[in-house]
Amino acid sequence: MIKLNEIKRAFLVSAWFIFLTFPIMVIRINPVEHIVEWRWKNMALVGIGSFFLSFVWNYLMKQKEPGFKKTETAEKTDTIPPLPPARRIQREKRIYIPALVAIGTLTIVFPFIFSMYQTNIMVSALIYIMLGLGLNIVVGLAGLLDLGYVAFYAVGAYAYALLNYHFGISFWMALPIGGVLGAVFGILLGFPVLRLRGDYLAIVTLGFGEIIHIILQNWNEFSFGPSGIANIPRPSLFGIDLSVHSSTIYIYYIMIGLCIVTIFVVNRLQNSRIGRAWVALREDELACQAMGIDKAKTKLTAFALGATLASMAGVVFAAKTTFVNPASFTIWESIIILCIVVMGGMGSIIGVIAGALVLILTPEYLRAFSEYRMLAFGTMLVVMMIFRPGGFIPDVRRIYKFEGVKSMDKS
Amino acid sequence: MLKIKNIQTFYGNIQALKDVSIEISEGEIITLIGANGAGKSTTLMAVSGIVPPRSGEIFFMGEPITDMEPDKIVSLGICQVPEGRRIFPYLSVTENLDMGAFLRNDKAKIKKDMEYVFDLFPILADRRHQAGGTLSGGERQMLAISRALMARPRLLLLDEPSLGLAPLIVKKIFEIIGKINAENNTTIFLVEQNANLALKVATRGYVMENGRITLTDSSKNLLANEDVKKAYLGF
Ligand SMILES: Nc1ncnc2c1ncn2[C@@H]1O[C@H](COP(=O)(O)OP(=O)(O)OP(=O)(O)O)[C@@H](O)[C@H]1O
Ligand SMILES: [Mg+2]
Repeated sequence: MIKLNEIKRAFLVSAWFIFLTFPIMVIRINPVEHIVEWRWKNMALVGIGSFFLSFVWNYLMKQKEPGFKKTETAEKTDTIPPLPPARRIQREKRIYIPALVAIGTLTIVFPFIFSMYQTNIMVSALIYIMLGLGLNIVVGLAGLLDLGYVAFYAVGAYAYALLNYHFGISFWMALPIGGVLGAVFGILLGFPVLRLRGDYLAIVTLGFGEIIHIILQNWNEFSFGPSGIANIPRPSLFGIDLSVHSSTIYIYYIMIGLCIVTIFVVNRLQNSRIGRAWVALREDELACQAMGIDKAKTKLTAFALGATLASMAGVVFAAKTTFVNPASFTIWESIIILCIVVMGGMGSIIGVIAGALVLILTPEYLRAFSEYRMLAFGTMLVVMMIFRPGGFIPDVRRIYKFEGVKSMDKS
Repeated sequence: MLKIKNIQTFYGNIQALKDVSIEISEGEIITLIGANGAGKSTTLMAVSGIVPPRSGEIFFMGEPITDMEPDKIVSLGICQVPEGRRIFPYLSVTENLDMGAFLRNDKAKIKKDMEYVFDLFPILADRRHQAGGTLSGGERQMLAISRALMARPRLLLLDEPSLGLAPLIVKKIFEIIGKINAENNTTIFLVEQNANLALKVATRGYVMENGRITLTDSSKNLLANEDVKKAYLGF
């Protein structure tokens, strides 16, 4: 039932919003005619809109509160609580195998049923999936907050651009070279920050990202400064140069392949000894040392692997746009990649993929709202973090079982 | 088995350990008692290689380990249960135990050892899929000890296992410490504030004050010592 104080509260919220948005929504100064326009209609819209939104908000918040409606059922026995829908789907073979087949088919036929424009956007999303999975190793698994991740992306892109410009090295040669260079840079950054954690690490990596950006911007002899490097060749298929259209499709499949390999590798690593060491390191460094985990080695491998993936994504990026300049590698990119990881669900592969698709595709399709695009995007982030603080699809923590140990799953 | 020779440890300019020497032979339980801030934890950190001493030497089975990396020291068979348990809060009980066996490869034996610790602490078996962070204080201490046992240590370093636990649980944990020592011949270096209980389970004891060892004797003599009684036993 709607109570009186709920109405009062919604009313106050709308009054507050009217006050807040008054200067931008109501007053408009017309400099040509030297008059002030008062758009009272906007004020009414803001008022009514926020009044209703506040109701919806309150309702949702109430539902979110633990114990809402569920108390009676939960208390009965100590059976395992029902899994959330996302996990249930992952468990239920009958649902997820057909779903997997459907998604697989869609990915394969995608470039043939959608326009080149759509395919291009999808390639961007795939690049961000790879970046997200890489950063997920560093931030999600090893718990090292890296705000300069874009630097490794830039290393890969410039590696291909420069190697091609000076030595005519092809895409397929540049891909592994870029990966190795990324690993080297990852370790170079890793060494000085081995002893740092949390906020300090974040600041230092932020600085590292900016340093790379500034070098690319200003060292004209090396990187051609702000004007960048143009005419980077697209990848060739067995020496045949493809048309723009077919090479877009080709890059799309290359990215699909790279993403599949990345998912496979990350998944294997996550359940391996080093993956467990990362997770343990994230939780308690001292306990890790007491258990005989080599702190330095574990951190460096996380940095190196994350950087390798970013760098390879960078090579593809350079090949896709055929042009690189420092403007593509700003702090903003690092933040988007971090958002992908955090919003998708730290440590969860499916989460990161979902995060990348939502965060990269939504702004593209929100272009219609042009100026309100970032506003809508920001609102979405805030709402998301309130209702799903663990991300879209949070990490399903693996339970390690040794065969022969009696399983408790029987209940 | 373990020989600590005149070590000095500094935190910045503050000297935490002054000329500390301790010796433990195989199969023994010894205890190090002292007030808050005496330097007991620092001593264990030096043995584990996490806070290496500035001078002095540490030998384990005759081999110098003073400047060794912590992971090498664990692989030699020294495992520490740090102060305040420090289990991994988001890992399940089984995963926590698994982390203890991080340096081992013998799956079959790891499985056996896991059954062994579940025998020692049956409550952990009931909680095996529960996240470490949701365990009670007593269960956490049991898990921390079990996790260290999973490394199959020859020397087990225990830092204040009784910290913040009810007397009944403390008694039980001390019984099990004795049992671990008796059944596996694991040497135990026990750091404690609860001097009374510690001296009952240990054969010998060291008393530390302000970073210095001031007294060492058999547990029986220490329990009878007037100064120790006054300062640590509360009568
Ligand atoms: N990381 C550190 N940095 C600076 N000083 C430290 C650090 N750790 C310990 N100390 C100092 O070293 C001294 C000895 O500390 P330690 O933790 O070894 O004492 P303790 O005997 O274990 O005490 P408690 O019984 O309270 O655990 C204390 O004065 C403490 O303040
Ligand atoms: Mg201490």
